[in-house]
Amino acid sequence: MVDPLTPVLTKRWTEPRSWTIETYERTGGYTALPKALKAHPDQLIQQCKDSGLRGRGGAGFPTGMKWGFIPQGDGKPHYLVINADEGEPGTCKDIPTMMADPHSLIEGVIITSYAIRANFAAIYVRGEVLHCIRRLNAAVREAYAKGYLGKDILGSGFDLDVVIHAGAGAYICGEETALLDSLEGRRGQPRLKPPFPATSGLYASPTVVNNVETIASVPFIVNGGADWFREMGRDRSPGPKIYSLSGHVTRPGQYEAPMGTTLRQLLDMAGGMKDGIPLKFWTPGGSSTPLFTAEHLDVPLDFEGAAEAGSMLGTTALQIFNETVSVPWAVMKWTEFYKHESCGKCTPCREGTYWLVQILQRMVAGNGTASDIDTLLDVCDNILGRSFCALGDGAVSPITSGIKYFKDEFLALCDQNSKVLAGANA
Amino acid sequence: MTIAPDKSTTDDIVVPEGHVKLVIDGETVVAPKGELLIRTAERLGTVIPRFCDHPLLEPAGACRQCLVEVEMGGRPMPKPQASCTMTVADGMVVKTQLTSPVADKAQQGVMELLLINHPLDCPICDKGGECPLQNQAIAHGRSDSRFHEHKRTFPKPINISTQVLLDRERCVLCQRCTRFSAQIAGDPFIELLERGSQQQIGVAKEKPFQSYFSGNTIQICPVGALTSAAYRFRARPFDLVSTPSICEHCSSGCAERTDWRRGKVQRKLAGDDPQVNEEWICDKGRFAFRYATTGDRFTRPLVRDAESGELRESSWTEALQVAAAGLTAARDANGVGVLPGGRLTVEDAYAYSKFARIALHTNDIDFRARPHSAEELEFLSGTTVFTNPDNGVTFGGIESAPAALLVAFEPEEEAPIVFLRLRKAARKGTTKVFHLGQFTTPAVEKTFGTLLACVPGAEANALNALPEHASDVVDLLSKPGAVILVGERAAVIPGAFTAVARLAERTGAKVAWIPRRAGERGALAVGAVPNLLPGGRHVANATARTEVERTWGVEEGSLPATPGRDTTGILEAAAAGQLSGLVVGGVDPFDLPDPRLAEKALAAAGFVVSLELRPSGVTAYADVVLPIAPAVEKAGSYLNWEGRHRVFGTTLEGTGALPDCRVLDTLAVEMDADLFTQTPAASAADLARLGEGAPSGSSLNVAAPLVSPAGPGKAVLATWHRLIGNGSLQVDEPHLAGTARPVVAKIAETTAAQFGLTSGGFVTVSTDRGAITLPVETDDLPEGVIWLPTNSGDVTVRATLGAGHGSIVSVSGGTS
Repeated sequence: MVDPLTPVLTKRWTEPRSWTIETYERTGGYTALPKALKAHPDQLIQQCKDSGLRGRGGAGFPTGMKWGFIPQGDGKPHYLVINADEGEPGTCKDIPTMMADPHSLIEGVIITSYAIRANFAAIYVRGEVLHCIRRLNAAVREAYAKGYLGKDILGSGFDLDVVIHAGAGAYICGEETALLDSLEGRRGQPRLKPPFPATSGLYASPTVVNNVETIASVPFIVNGGADWFREMGRDRSPGPKIYSLSGHVTRPGQYEAPMGTTLRQLLDMAGGMKDGIPLKFWTPGGSSTPLFTAEHLDVPLDFEGAAEAGSMLGTTALQIFNETVSVPWAVMKWTEFYKHESCGKCTPCREGTYWLVQILQRMVAGNGTASDIDTLLDVCDNILGRSFCALGDGAVSPITSGIKYFKDEFLALCDQNSKVLAGANA
Repeated sequence: MTIAPDKSTTDDIVVPEGHVKLVIDGETVVAPKGELLIRTAERLGTVIPRFCDHPLLEPAGACRQCLVEVEMGGRPMPKPQASCTMTVADGMVVKTQLTSPVADKAQQGVMELLLINHPLDCPICDKGGECPLQNQAIAHGRSDSRFHEHKRTFPKPINISTQVLLDRERCVLCQRCTRFSAQIAGDPFIELLERGSQQQIGVAKEKPFQSYFSGNTIQICPVGALTSAAYRFRARPFDLVSTPSICEHCSSGCAERTDWRRGKVQRKLAGDDPQVNEEWICDKGRFAFRYATTGDRFTRPLVRDAESGELRESSWTEALQVAAAGLTAARDANGVGVLPGGRLTVEDAYAYSKFARIALHTNDIDFRARPHSAEELEFLSGTTVFTNPDNGVTFGGIESAPAALLVAFEPEEEAPIVFLRLRKAARKGTTKVFHLGQFTTPAVEKTFGTLLACVPGAEANALNALPEHASDVVDLLSKPGAVILVGERAAVIPGAFTAVARLAERTGAKVAWIPRRAGERGALAVGAVPNLLPGGRHVANATARTEVERTWGVEEGSLPATPGRDTTGILEAAAAGQLSGLVVGGVDPFDLPDPRLAEKALAAAGFVVSLELRPSGVTAYADVVLPIAPAVEKAGSYLNWEGRHRVFGTTLEGTGALPDCRVLDTLAVEMDADLFTQTPAASAADLARLGEGAPSGSSLNVAAPLVSPAGPGKAVLATWHRLIGNGSLQVDEPHLAGTARPVVAKIAETTAAQFGLTSGGFVTVSTDRGAITLPVETDDLPEGVIWLPTNSGDVTVRATLGAGHGSIVSVSGGTS
């Protein structure tokens, strides 16, 4: 059933002191960079397009196309910004990547910067992960010392400076334009688009914002070629992917597998459901992606597969819940997160999450009524697609999908005589 | 900008270049490229509800109230779009709430969300009755709320300045106030704090909302979150009568709306006048109106009792008879000088001008109740008096100018709306602003300007040296549309007007003179100066005199033919007994270049008539005090610095207060002269019959003196007025006074060291007249220069020091 895997992105993770430049170089690191620097930047953009690499931050935008949007010869500085503000509940792939193998990201940053003609790159890291920030800083120092960063990299004439920037603890700064504002020292709130970052990003200059996993894939594409990359995964979503399994599984953790792998296959790798208690519901890509249930065990987890089944691939953060968990309770906890993290800029998200939390808390406390479910759904409808950025859309996903699949549990909460939390049995 | 009325002809609509054709609610409409959907719909008559949107602010898209459905290229966009951020495109099909159930539900949904945390305190809220949230909730909201949970609350209200209060729980976080402050005013004292439902507007600790434009945020707040200490809880909008008016403070002539009730002004709001003030006014224009309702206002004429020597109330008849008799006697003795002041309406100033000529037979009249010079008068009477919006600099001209050179002019302090236009122009990146001054004031920074710093008094030399030292400035000023703006301080800088005229001639830049006071430009136009009759006619020009004599119906040859004395000349003559009487309008002796001379003159003049609103420095010397009406109690007009006629009607009718023109008319009758200025309308009609005279040309040739160093222990004084200070029209408004900038002296760090001063310490500035001690701050002034605010708090430069801009003063370390 499961193909024997040859890990790509995670291949160094088990090496001793995998984060050092010595380990990285010993295991084939920094071999893509000289090749890239000999190529024309446009060739690299084309190769990335040919590889079919799509953004790993959640939206799945074709990476090569994004690079191609950067206007060339415009006389403005160009910037590469790495979105390492990993904060989505359940998502835990970028921080392990940067902890275990920071140089794959840095090599990817150098190649990408060269491709888009950027001489400055910033890695915006979630501020809470101090250890990871230290690793990255150390890796950047090592790269400078070895001449991979700085002036005239490897004698190519290409200059690049990389800065590690620690965020201040706001989920919204994972939204790329809020991230850019935050990086500029402003209040982190999403910007009006257009203009898009490709033309007016960091300091109003053309900017590529890419996810960690996306850019960490780049050196492998340069070394292995676009065709090799396309051998993995499915036609429109090629390449390897880090699936993060958490929750009620026997061995939670990061599982690298080709795009399109199903939860059934991943559960096999992870030793199945914990204590054999059956699966009840799960998120395919973090809490912002609509829930799946046991019916969806065989959905191929790539951009198309997840979308066709009514959810999104997101960040392939699979939070797995067994039958002991009450869906309304879990939905309430997620909604509390979104209420806490709503930036406040737009009305639907700011006020809507504030309202939804109170309804859910009241229902979970056993004081709900059936009309609350209608109100929940209608408020969600007034948030979805009405808010300024995608945070509002994400905030309603758990609620609408939770009610879609588990309405009986929400209804059960409205039974004023019930003394137990609906769904939290089994 | 054409709206097609007939659907059947939609295919025939010609789309002009730079325009696009789209359909809104089934109607085809042509719109200029770049126009926002919300505006296009509005032109079509469809008002889409909105909160964050404001036509003069950059789009934000924050409130999400204006959602509409949009179809592009036949494909509907998956989500409703904010019509305040989306621009029109060719072939776009838009459905607003009128035709789209999706848009309608989206709008109702957002409205319901906005209201869940909004307190139901409309019955006590200042905004109730004129509240966009209230109005739009009724038009586009649900009739009841489904919200049964707990509302978010904040302690009410917080003072973000002495004037502005913030009720955070009322705030809908549209960010109009923060965007106004950041974009328009350049004063980002207020900012969003916290996040989510705890997000709120706030100020930094120890940094209150000290913006000269803070009141505008109250006006554009779409809810009652921002209120003013001056108006809070004073009235309900539906109980107020609104009268359009013109601001009486500076020379910008802003359109205002004065709201009043039961004979009392409750508040002033900015009027909408795109050519002048757009939709903004400064805080002085908004809040400084209580001077007219102080307890000490004159309501009856006063006559000095012959026996007691005290002023006593009298009838108008008696007062006018006494005044007429006294003035006639004084006229027939050594003559009478007229000091009408710079705050008059055109109609009132004209009455003074005519009164001086035909009742007092003199040209000894000068509106300049401030430092002035013959060079200035030569410039004003030869050039400025003939400019108008058609041939001179305008607000719009500033906005489109490639460069603006500001000479001895502090726009933010002296004409705040000019400052806003300069900032707007500079922000667009099309106008380069140069400030010829002494240090980098906030206005220099906020207009992205370049400071051309010089020692006070050396401005003329600096101008003359521009071609040599700053040819880039000259090049920019040589571009079509460039402007030079000259402030009132230029009058004390010898050679400044000569240098400005030369530079304008060399570059072709247009020159505007921007005085501080609302009435100065009008007083100049009507001849309230020693050398001009109304319409810019020179008094020495026989033809011009004849024109005026005929129109006025006075005997030919009766008008005095030689230029009269200027303000200082009048005061010196009076002090020396060469003038027997004075007629004084709204003049504060302490604003005059030499207050001591002014007091001496008032004391020495045999007969003094004061036309005043409230007691002033003149009252103690007056033989007769004639009460006159403040701006809100009369009609009239101001001529703003552009030369634009700013007409206003009476706000408070029937108070019994008489305008100056009426008082002077009656007084003249007692002196057997007819002014025909019984009412402002009559005065305006009489003035209109005169028309404009022919320019007589000017001969400016004042050399720029070399400024020598001040000498040991001395410094050259730089000084100008602050917008908010001790001005007599700002009395009785403590909340406004609280937003004044701190009163400090400024000095260069090196100069401070020479005097043993430290930033944050105290300095004593003195002359043989007196001394002022105040805190000192270091800044980028030239060496050997110290700056003081002219008239702020305890610092009264003219009254205490008898000094002015360019004077030499002694400087030493001081203690508080």
